[in-house]
Formats: sequence, C-alpha cells, structure tokens
Amino acid sequence: MSDLQISRRVKYQEELDLDFGKSVAAKPGGEDLHRCIQCGTCSSTCPMSIYMDHTPRKIIAMTRAGFKDEVLASNTIWLCSSCYACTVDCPKQIKLTDIMYALKQLAIGKKVYPRRFPIPVLANEFYRSVIRTGRSNEGRTVARVWMKTRPWRMISEAALGLRLMRRGRMSMKTERMTGGRGQLQKLLHSVEEGQVDH
Amino acid sequence: MRYLYYPGCSLKGTGRAYEESLLSVFEELRFPVEELGDWNCCGATAYMSVDEMKAFALAARNLALAEQAVQREPVSLIAPCNACYLVLAKVQRSMAQYPHIGRAIADALVEAGLSYHGDVHVRHPLDVMINDIGLDIIAKHISRPLTGLKVACYYGCQVVRPFATFDDQYIPTSMDQLMECVGATPVDWPLKTRCCGSSLTGTIQEAGLRLSYIILKEARDRGADAVATCCPLCQFNLECYQRRMRRAFDDDIDIPVAYFPQFMGKAMGLEDHRLGLQRLFVPLTSAPALV
Amino acid sequence: MIMEPSAPTEETRIGVYICHCGANIAAKVDVETTRDFAATLPGVIVARDYKFACSDPGQEMIQQDIGELNLNRVVVASCSPLLHEKTFRNACAAAGLSPFCFQMANIREHVSWVTADPELALEKAKSLVAAAVRRVARARALTPKQVPVHPDVLVVGGGIAGIHAALILANAGKKVYLVERRPTIGGHMAQFDKTFPTMDCAACILTPKMSDVKSHPNITMWTYSEVEEVAGFTGNFKVKVRRKARYIKEDLCVGCNDCVEACVLKKEKTQVPDEFNVGLSKRKAIYMPFPQATPACVVIDPKQCLQLMKGKCAQACVEACERAAIDFDQEDEILDVDVGAIIIATGYQPFNARKIPEYGYGRFDNVYTTLEIERLVNASGPTGGEIILRDGSVPKSVGIIHCVGSRDRRFNPWCSNVCCMGALKAAHLVKERTGAEVFNFYVDMRTAFKGYEEFYDQVLAEGVQFIRGRVAEVTDWAMTPAEQGKLVIRVEDTLIGVARRIPVDMVVLAVGLEPQPDSGSVTRTFNISCSPEGFFLERHPKLGPVSTFTDGVFLAGACQGPKDIPETVAQAGAAAAEALCLVDRGFVDIEPNTAWIEEEFCSGCKTCIPLCPFHAIERDEEKGVAVINEALCKGCGTCVAACPSGAARQNLFTDEQIYEEIEGVLSYA
Repeated sequence: MSDLQISRRVKYQEELDLDFGKSVAAKPGGEDLHRCIQCGTCSSTCPMSIYMDHTPRKIIAMTRAGFKDEVLASNTIWLCSSCYACTVDCPKQIKLTDIMYALKQLAIGKKVYPRRFPIPVLANEFYRSVIRTGRSNEGRTVARVWMKTRPWRMISEAALGLRLMRRGRMSMKTERMTGGRGQLQKLLHSVEEGQVDH
Repeated sequence: MRYLYYPGCSLKGTGRAYEESLLSVFEELRFPVEELGDWNCCGATAYMSVDEMKAFALAARNLALAEQAVQREPVSLIAPCNACYLVLAKVQRSMAQYPHIGRAIADALVEAGLSYHGDVHVRHPLDVMINDIGLDIIAKHISRPLTGLKVACYYGCQVVRPFATFDDQYIPTSMDQLMECVGATPVDWPLKTRCCGSSLTGTIQEAGLRLSYIILKEARDRGADAVATCCPLCQFNLECYQRRMRRAFDDDIDIPVAYFPQFMGKAMGLEDHRLGLQRLFVPLTSAPALV
Repeated sequence: MIMEPSAPTEETRIGVYICHCGANIAAKVDVETTRDFAATLPGVIVARDYKFACSDPGQEMIQQDIGELNLNRVVVASCSPLLHEKTFRNACAAAGLSPFCFQMANIREHVSWVTADPELALEKAKSLVAAAVRRVARARALTPKQVPVHPDVLVVGGGIAGIHAALILANAGKKVYLVERRPTIGGHMAQFDKTFPTMDCAACILTPKMSDVKSHPNITMWTYSEVEEVAGFTGNFKVKVRRKARYIKEDLCVGCNDCVEACVLKKEKTQVPDEFNVGLSKRKAIYMPFPQATPACVVIDPKQCLQLMKGKCAQACVEACERAAIDFDQEDEILDVDVGAIIIATGYQPFNARKIPEYGYGRFDNVYTTLEIERLVNASGPTGGEIILRDGSVPKSVGIIHCVGSRDRRFNPWCSNVCCMGALKAAHLVKERTGAEVFNFYVDMRTAFKGYEEFYDQVLAEGVQFIRGRVAEVTDWAMTPAEQGKLVIRVEDTLIGVARRIPVDMVVLAVGLEPQPDSGSVTRTFNISCSPEGFFLERHPKLGPVSTFTDGVFLAGACQGPKDIPETVAQAGAAAAEALCLVDRGFVDIEPNTAWIEEEFCSGCKTCIPLCPFHAIERDEEKGVAVINEALCKGCGTCVAACPSGAARQNLFTDEQIYEEIEGVLSYA
C-alpha cells in the first residue's frame, strides 16, 4: 500500500428520495418498516449477511431515510435467499423478506440491476418461461441465464447437466400443462389490466 | 378429507425421485392422493421478485383448481416442495389479510372461469405423514428397519418459516420422528433449518456453495451417515455440488442426501426403482447401514 | 315507572355558565350563541360565557351570582365532570349553595373534541345544555355521607416494597397486617447478591429492614399466607386471609436447622429444586428458605414430605427437634381482618428464557439468567460464591445478552427498565470474580437514574467489551477450531458494521420483568384493573401512580410496572403516605347516590334483595317492605332498575331527573 485514496462522503437531504420509505411501507408486508429500532437481529441471523454490501439492518435504515439509489444498487436484495430467518426473529415483527421482495420488484421494474448478475436475470427468465408455458423448465431456464450472464459457465455446467440428464432428472423438453394454459394467460392478463387501476 | 397432490415444477425435473418415492410410499400405505389436474407453476421466489400481483394470481389459480374438488369433504392440497408449500400457504393468507388484493385476485379468477373461497388446506407431506396417517400405521409397514443408520434430518427454511403450523419453528422433529419410526437413528445437530442457499448455491457460488457445504460438514461431523431432506432444491444443493465442494473447501465430503420417503420406502422393502434411488448422485448404499 | 309530582315548591333560579376553555371549546362551539340559547330556557335567570370557568375569577363570578341573584341551581357547560365537577361543587358550597344542586354539561370531551362540523357541534352543545338545565331543576340539596374509616392497613406482599410501606405506616402509629405468600419476606431483593449502582450487599441493606418488620409492635407479619377474599369498600374493607399450614409451630421454632439436617430425603434424586436458588440446587421436604429468612422458621413442603404424602416416614425431623416444634396435624387457618386501606405490593416474575429456544436456555448447560448469576455470586448460594460452569471450571469468557424477552412484540413489548443495569452489574461481578473476558451484547444502553451512567462508565473502564447488536442465536455449531466446545454468539456489530462470531464459555441472559402469573385473579380479588400486559393499573400514569380506580386500594413496586429498588422504595413511601391520608383523616365522604325505598310503593316482593351485590337490602318483616342500609349501599342502581313497582329510587339519579335530561336533549335536538 503505497498511497491512500481520499474521498468525500456527505449526504444532503436533496439527494435523498424522502418518500421512498413511505412508498415501500405502503406495499404489502412493509407495514411495520418504521418501527425498526436497528437492533441488528436480522443481520445477526441472516446466513447471507456476511456477503452483502449492506446488511439487512442497514437496508432498512437506508430505505427509511430515503437512500433509494444506494438501496436499489446494493447486492443485498439479490443475495437474499428468502429464508425468512430475519422475519421470524425480528422483535418488531417487521416482514423483512417481504420488504426485500418489494425492493426486488422496484429494481427490476426500474431496470436498475447489473445486467450480468445472474439472480435478477434468473428471476426474469423464470418469469417469462412460466408466462409462456405455465410451468418452468429448470434446465432450459438456467442455460439461458448462463448465456446472458456468464457464458463460460455453460461449459462447466454442461457436465452437471449431463449427469442430471443421465439420471432422468433433467430434460430440455418442458412438461406442459394439458389444457389450462389459455386460462392461466387470461388470468394473468386480467391481473395486469386490473393493475392499471391500482 | 380428500387429498390432492401438487407436484410443482421441480418434482417433474430434478426432484423426480421425490415424487416417485413419495407416491410409492403413499401407495404402500394405501393413502389415496390424486394429482391436481392441470396445475401451473407456483412462481417460487422468482415470480414475487418480478411482479407481485401476477405472483399472487399464479399461485391462487392452483388453490382455485383445488377448490373445485371441495364438494362434501374438505380438501388437503399436499405440496412436497418447501417453496411451493410456502408460496401456496402464503398467498392464501395474504389474500385474506389484504382484502383489496384478495378481492382483485378473486375477481380475476372469476373472469378466468374459476372461483376462490380460500378453504383448501395447504399441507406438507411431513405433516400428513405424522398427523393424518400416523406413526403407528407407518410402523406396521416397516419390514426392513434401517437399523444402525445415523441420519441427519435437514428441513430447510420454508417448511417452518415464517409459518410453523405442524412443527416447532426452531427445532422441528417431524422428520426425525419418521426416521426413528423406520428404524434409523436421527442425529441431534444444530443446522436443521439453516438455509441451503436456495437458487444462490448454483448461481452465486462464491457465496452460495459454502452455505450448503457447512450443512453437510456439520452433519458429517456429528456422526451422520446420510442426510434426509424434504425439499427438491435443498436436496439438489446438498447433493449435486459435492464434487465442487471437495475442490473449493479441500474436504473429502461425500455423503448421500436423499428424500425422506426414499428412506421410508427402503425400510418398507420397496424396490429401488420405485423410489428413484438410481437418480441419486451419491448412492444411498455408500452409507454403511444400507449396504 | 311512576314519576314524582312535577315541579319543586320553590321557584327555580338557575345560572348557566358556558366555558370557552381557551380555544378547546370556543374554537369549535359557538359559545355566545349557546349562552344566548341558554338564557331562553325555563328557570334560567342568568347565562354567561367565560374563558376559563374553572379559574379563580371564573369561580368567583359564579359565587357572586349565587349571592347577588339568589341562584339556587347552577349549570356549567365545560369539560368532563371527572376533571372539574369537584371544583365547581366546592365553589358552590363555598357560596352557600348545596353542591348537589350543581350540574355539569360536558361540551368538550363530548362535543368540541369529537365533532368535526361546527354547526353540528353547536346543536349538540345546545341540547346538552338544555338537558343539564332541565335536570338540575329537579336536583335536591342532599348531604354527603360520612363514613368512619378503620385505622388499620393491609399490605399484600413482603418484598422491599411491602416492607418499606409497612414500616412507614407502622412508624406513623398505624397497625399493619403484612401478608406474604412465600414462607419468608424479602422478595426478589433477598435473592440478589449486590445492588446497583453502589454494589451494596443486598442482604446487608435488606435484612435490617426485615428484622424491623418482624419486631415492630405495630406490624402483624403473616408469612406463608394469602389473601382469599376482600369485601367492603374504602375505609371499611373486610379481608379473609388464609394462613397456610407450615406444619411447624412458629413460636417454638428457633431456626436451628437440626431437622433439615436429619430429614430422610438425603439422596439428591428425592429432593426438589430450591426455589430461592432458582433451581440451581436442591432442597429437602423440610427447609429453611434461606439463612436470613424472616421469620427464622423452617417450613415443610406438603407435596414432597413423605409423612404428609404417604403417612409413612421415620420422622427423623421430629426426633431431631429439641423443641417439639413439628406438628403434622397443623391445618390452614382462615383469619378475618378489618382494614381501612390496602396496599398491593406483589412484585414481578422474571421472563422465562425457555420461551426463546434460540438462546439455548435449558438446552445448553452453561446458559444462565442474571438472577441465577446472582445466586452463583452469593456466598450462601449453591456454589458458595464461585462463578463456575456446570463442570466446576472457571469460565474464561462470558457473553451477556441484553433485552431477553423485552422490547419484543413476540413476547413482552415493553422495556423492563432494570436489565441494562442488571447486565452491567453481572459484567462487573463476573469480571471481578473470574477475570474472564466479558462481552455485553446490547441494543440501547438505558442507564438513566442517579449514578447509573457513571456505573456504565466504570464498567467500560474495567475493560468489559460492549458490542451493540441484538443476538439472534447462541449455538454450539463451531466454524473454527477455536469455537469447538464453546457456545458461539453470532451477532452483527452494528457500530463497527460487520458480522462477528464470539465463542464464550458461559452465556448470561438479562431476562426482563413481567407480571406475576396470577395477576388476573389478584385484580378480581381486590377489584382493581390491570393494563393489557397484566401490570396493575394506576389511576393516572403521571399524576396518580400509586392509587387505583378503586378507592382505598393502592399500588407499590414492580406489580405496577418494572422498576428498580430506589423507585420501588419511593413508590412504597408514596403509597404509604396516600394510605395514611385516608386512614388518618378518620372518615371518608361518600357520594350521596344511595338508593332508598319509597315504602308506600313497596309490595314486599323481595326482587331487590338477592340482586344487591353489597347485601345492603333487608326485609322489614313487620312492615313487609324492603329496607336499604345506607352505609352499605354503593349506589350501583341494580335494585332501582329491577324494582317492578318503582319503589326503589336513587338519589342523584331519580327517574324524573333522568327523564328531564332526556327531554332536554330531545326537545332541542
């Protein structure tokens, strides 16, 4: 270490989205967001918190305070595995996992996610595949994810894929719904229409 | 009570052995289940990450389909995959808890030709085994008890969190009781419900692989010969990446990970192929008691 | 229902006063219009409005009108009677008008504070004023009853709160009954080794007070006793106390403990957990609760004693006792006492840490609560004052977890007040006795009282490590060789901003305080209320912390809410003072709202007699009518409502008064 980097960090109120906290709290599951006492139990129990750039506790503090850009740009929301340990242990019964989902939806909706990061891409691919066929094909979906994010993984994953195929645990053909696919698509469509009113 | 069975996408793919063994065990126990007709994907964690209302609708269609079977008897919808189990149960509760969402989804279902009243019971097969079938009945069908097999029961997250309806949320014992019933010795260990990494294990290996590895390591260090699971993603994460774990963590970890009905079926004397044992990466026979 | 003949004989001269209450009423209700409206009502001689009617000039204005205009009825339209009825009644009385010829209309809590639309508010205010005017016209000049007050006081609970209150009252010359459920007084304080922040030895400061209680001529100390029933009312309580059988003649036993030594239950597996040592040691069937127990008398546990359970025992205890103090035939005794005031000081119970399985209490050997640590540290405790692990070794690292069971919506949402200091005390004692590395895991540091912040500073200076982060789990799952065989605490160090894993030998849980398990039945026995979490309810959280809504019953100590010893003692003194206020005065003014029987309408049907909850009605066999004992009547109105012929009537609430009030509302609605 021959030289040191000096940078200036201060946050002005104008730079924050002061309504961000309220808007997240308004989504289902976000009701008790404002009751957080920043005790850190969530981060303490979260198995992934050691990999997150901002622990779950910090994400709640930042969301409440309006640090919208930092929150949506963090890797935290993508590293959450929805294990619900935080939700169950929180002494204020804040539904953190639901808040993480809400943040994921916001990030995907605003297309604020690193294009080559597998997790949001996986979510999108899964989503599209189910809309089309009604059921998901793990092999096909994962292959598409690798193609879009880390193409070199296709080679290392191919071995795993073959092993699975040999044991009949994967096929590139998707199991299809017998007749209800149209009904499903109609259903999803009406929900979308309804959402305009929401 | 009428029992419907919701496989979910995994049980037709990587989790095929779960379906095969579970249905074989149900058949052996003369427990009638029918597959829910024309079910669709529950959405798992991915859907809720993208679009909330569509995620609700996706899961709710399955509940509405199951509801069609409710005529004179109440209906239990058995969802073996932990994620499907949670999604279906959670959507059912959320639709009741958030009336504006409940109404919107119910209306959309009606438009699609279905109706929704929220009166289907979403169940996990562990719950059904213990509470509906009963250990006494199961014990009667055990012809080849798995004596001497030390098994670590791994429940995973979503079967007890956030709703623990049939077992303790922190130290569940339903699978342990089943294993004991079939003659095996469940191992006491602290990571029964620690997250395996879910979809992160395969995708973000720098972080996810370790989550699954430490579970296997602790199970082995506590003396387990095998690990029993009740979720296809948990089973996949724990079993199928052991080669990579050996390399990444310089550990010769090599332990069979199977579905709990596979153990049950073996103790009932059912043939290997009926239990999908040939689909395992690490053969069950590598556990000394099962040679 | 039969109504009384319509108008009173004298001419009704009513004064009506509409209060602005600053902007509280006037901003919503048009007080001038209301005043002008009041002036048009029958019987009203004068109607005024005023900014603050309850103020001195406001009251003087009313008194002046009473004098100069010969008013014989007064109506004030202002706030709730709960607040100022007494004020205005006193003002009227001072001016020579009977306080019961005064009526209040609540146009604040019932109108201006709850009505959004000013027009609707005005209409409602007018109708309430009209109602009050019509009702007050039917008022009669009653005289308040005065009932003598019994000078003795009952104190329920013999912890530090009850002890202090009893001593204050006894020193003031009052006779006190101190009833304690356990076989000894002392409460939880007797279980502590040291008290914060001074590290005073708990027993050293408590036992002198305990022996003062025992030897005080004015205190009757009944231990191993419980209050079974309370009847009566303020100043005149009739209490039944059950003295449970100790199977020991208390006046003969000198506490030599020879019987305990001799008791046949010598094998540990026949013994039961010792309650005083929080289950860390065992005791026999006959036992001395703790060395300084007061009274210094043993007690026999009937659920464990072979003689009492099976009738078969060598009775080695009887043989050993030189004073023949053991009496297996002893029975419970029920005693009746009359008292004028009751102080409830029944204390708290610690939160049961088993409810949080993630902390491992009850699963892992070396997870303790702060109360258990007190017993370990105490020289007469189960380890003779050594802080050691279950295997006898001295811990080299100890983790103390704050907020166990408290501030948690899943268990107790409140902050238990004392555990931060308790945890600091434990940290200090552990560090002092063992030299171990001590970690306190806290969320907020609550050290607000006198000397507390300084104590925190002292503990910091002693090298105790503080990590701000609420612990999610205590586990035996080791990730590194250094963690093998230890208890690992995984926590987010929120201040430094990183997750940490800290292996320790021993974990101490700073458990919170919660109400006693039977607080529900205690409230029913004493006719008091509790707040939703179960602590007893004070009359007012700010201004009435020691009285309850039941006159004559007071609260002291942790039973009213979690608090430490100085606050408890202060509250006990306050409760004693308020009780003294009641019993020293010698009498209480009873609201003259008693019922009476109008004999000529009574047919002697006896419907009312069994309905009276206070047994105040009897039948006069000669006349064949019911008779109400005014002294016992509490004015509940049950007999009045039930009487089929309208013979039973109630002062302050006669039928015609009520009908007039209703008419007032309806006519002008």
